[in-house]
Amino acid sequence: MAKAKVQEVPVVWIQTGTCTGCSVSVLNSVSPTIKNVLIDEVIPGKHISLKFQATVMAGEGEAILHVLENVPKENKGGYVLVVEGAIPTKDGGIYGTLGEKNGKPLPMTSRVEALAKDALAILALGTCAAYGGIAAGKPNPGGYVGTDKFLKSCGISKPLINIPGCPPHPDWFVSTVASVLLLGLPKPEELDELKRPKAFYGQLIHENCPRRAYFDEGKFARKFGEPGCLNELGCKGPVTYADCPIRLWNHGTNWCINAGSPCIGCCEPGFPDLMAPFYQKLTDANLPAIGKLQGKEK
Amino acid sequence: MSKLIVDPVTRIEGHLKIEVITENGVVKDAHSSGMMFRGIELILRGRDPRDAQRYVQRICGVCPTSHSIAATLNLDSAFGLADKIPDNGRIIRNLILGAAHIADHILHFYHLAALDYVDVTKVAGYNGNDPGLNSVKEFIKRGELGPFVPRYEGDYRLSDQINIETTAHYVKALEMRRKGQEMLTIFGGKMPHNMAVVPGGVTSTVTVDKIASFLWRLNELRDFIDSVYIPDVLAVAEVYSDYFEIGTGCGNLLSYGLWDLEGGNPDYTKRKRLVKQGTISTDLKTGTLDPNKILEYVKHSWYDDSSTGKHPSKGMTEPEYGKKGAYSWSKAPRYDGKVYEVGPLAGMAVTYASGEPTVKNLIDSVLSRFKASPKALFSVLGRHAARALITKYVADSMPGWLLQLKPGEPAYIDYELPNEAMGMGLVDGARGALGHWIEIKDKKIANYQCVVPSTWNLCPRDDKGQPGPVEQALIGTKIKDENNPFELGRIVRSFDPCLACAIHVITPKGRTLGIHKVC
Repeated sequence: MAKAKVQEVPVVWIQTGTCTGCSVSVLNSVSPTIKNVLIDEVIPGKHISLKFQATVMAGEGEAILHVLENVPKENKGGYVLVVEGAIPTKDGGIYGTLGEKNGKPLPMTSRVEALAKDALAILALGTCAAYGGIAAGKPNPGGYVGTDKFLKSCGISKPLINIPGCPPHPDWFVSTVASVLLLGLPKPEELDELKRPKAFYGQLIHENCPRRAYFDEGKFARKFGEPGCLNELGCKGPVTYADCPIRLWNHGTNWCINAGSPCIGCCEPGFPDLMAPFYQKLTDANLPAIGKLQGKEK
Repeated sequence: MSKLIVDPVTRIEGHLKIEVITENGVVKDAHSSGMMFRGIELILRGRDPRDAQRYVQRICGVCPTSHSIAATLNLDSAFGLADKIPDNGRIIRNLILGAAHIADHILHFYHLAALDYVDVTKVAGYNGNDPGLNSVKEFIKRGELGPFVPRYEGDYRLSDQINIETTAHYVKALEMRRKGQEMLTIFGGKMPHNMAVVPGGVTSTVTVDKIASFLWRLNELRDFIDSVYIPDVLAVAEVYSDYFEIGTGCGNLLSYGLWDLEGGNPDYTKRKRLVKQGTISTDLKTGTLDPNKILEYVKHSWYDDSSTGKHPSKGMTEPEYGKKGAYSWSKAPRYDGKVYEVGPLAGMAVTYASGEPTVKNLIDSVLSRFKASPKALFSVLGRHAARALITKYVADSMPGWLLQLKPGEPAYIDYELPNEAMGMGLVDGARGALGHWIEIKDKKIANYQCVVPSTWNLCPRDDKGQPGPVEQALIGTKIKDENNPFELGRIVRSFDPCLACAIHVITPKGRTLGIHKVC
């Protein structure tokens, strides 16, 4: 029996104001591995055709800019756009450019706008792409914003999923992609009001923390290396939604709090400004409002 | 005369553009431009100094660990802790930085650099039983070859068999670099952006199970380094041996050293380190490291001219995009007024010249295989070889460090935040000399400056017009085929650039593909 033709799903992954940490995190995916994601049929019968990803792709220069420009023409409404990094909007976008047009550096804003317009859906990967993140920290010298906010300012309305985290866990990304391939775009009730999949961002770190019992008993670490809840050392687990304590990081090897470090709230829209100082205890004023910090987008 | 622009340069970290002018096929002039500005140094002002370590890791998600170490050394010195870190803390930092180097150098050779030399499409002719290679063959047969094409075509010289073998190793290396990061997280918590390295030591504790788990992951990586990584670098070098003479560069190397072997000396320039501090030139003359000789220039950078010629401790970051004569967001650091290259080659060359026996054996064995003099190290292949050898050098040193850890003893010392202080942190990151400077006032960051390896290597001209190391490495290069200027990417990538971007070969005026005649 002849094998059915494999469906190619075009994906364009553009990097804007990023440290590339999201890419490196996705390289750490285990089941499936990054090789499975890029080379194999990640879902039987479907293969992700990664058209553009500057960290891994072989080509460079003009030839690949043509890829970037042709994908929307050749796959109108049929490709997934991944944005990694915040988008520099100040002073006409001069703080981040990618390639040239008519002899002038082309701002990343123009690239993202052109790619988003004709995409099937957009995945904003990492806290920077989702909400602005580190680059948008005060005083936000480059006028960096998250993808959703940027696209709204351009009048572009497309299905968008935020996958925050600094960096995001590879499972959060790969599973979201797999889910789109298997089941189509998520239903509205599957995302929270910040457009995050509830499957990964449905509960507070604090709710599932293995040190939670210490908190309930009032046993607190006063300096690093001590057992006890890390609340006094500034842990932001009580205001951060993510499944890190259950999922664990890097093939289940470890995670922040298990290494004795307080959570710094890297998945939240308030990261970094509302989470800093990182080692300062959340005030009682914050605690009754556990989880509410997330609602304040910069 | 032709002008070639590569924009974006891919398979690097960051946004980079490279522009060269060629005459009769030889590069006459070159410009390297960093194309992104986030202003992390400005974002740091006014914040809690202890938080600096968290922010600066986010400068680069490929080498965050190096930044975390430089930042904590910087903060340790500002807080008066530089000679007080418990041995457990010092050793865990070494292990974390060692794991980062192993994962990073494997990534660099296979996933960033190798596609310049290895023709993955040759796997189409594979006729064996390896399931990994057969899945790659199936992938090629389906015909949707992104992200492996488009690419430059022509100068792929390896035999079919070596192409197929190194492609299998490319896939295997994805797993090994991942395992390197997993090993790091045993003490570091997570990667990228480890959580454990803090001023005063580390937050994680020492237990026997962590030591054992680390050791056996390390052993698997050491097997890979010895039996796959180093042999592959040498196999590529055999076939592309002309690259021992291409991309020579400025001929001056600067190392801050790394992996502290003692904790009692608060002076990072004098402290005993596994890879040594200092300078060295093509004549193998060495010099001692004096950070007071570092000044940064901005005449050709998009920053206000008033900030030129300053020591990083007094450095300023005042953006001025479009400034006449400027072409990069990168500043131009100089040591003693001269242009210096940084990277694993610098540290290994300085350590080699010091006569350290392990490093001497490693480097001499490579040089004798190619019947080359130490001068050949100053080249594209010299940089790749040094990176592979430093990986082996540290990986072979790490089991001993693991055994020095003392379970149950502290890895962290508490401290008071000073009202006012100055600090400096110097360490060689995976891409070379990394310096952080801080000034604290009213317990807040008044000024924070980083001079990162790629600022050294990919910087634009300085106020005297001296081109930066990559610019110098490009100038004089013969381009065999201007439609497929392999040489440019190979030279630039040998420095392992880290700008969160890419080098572009762009045509002036951005018109047609490829080459545009300017005169």
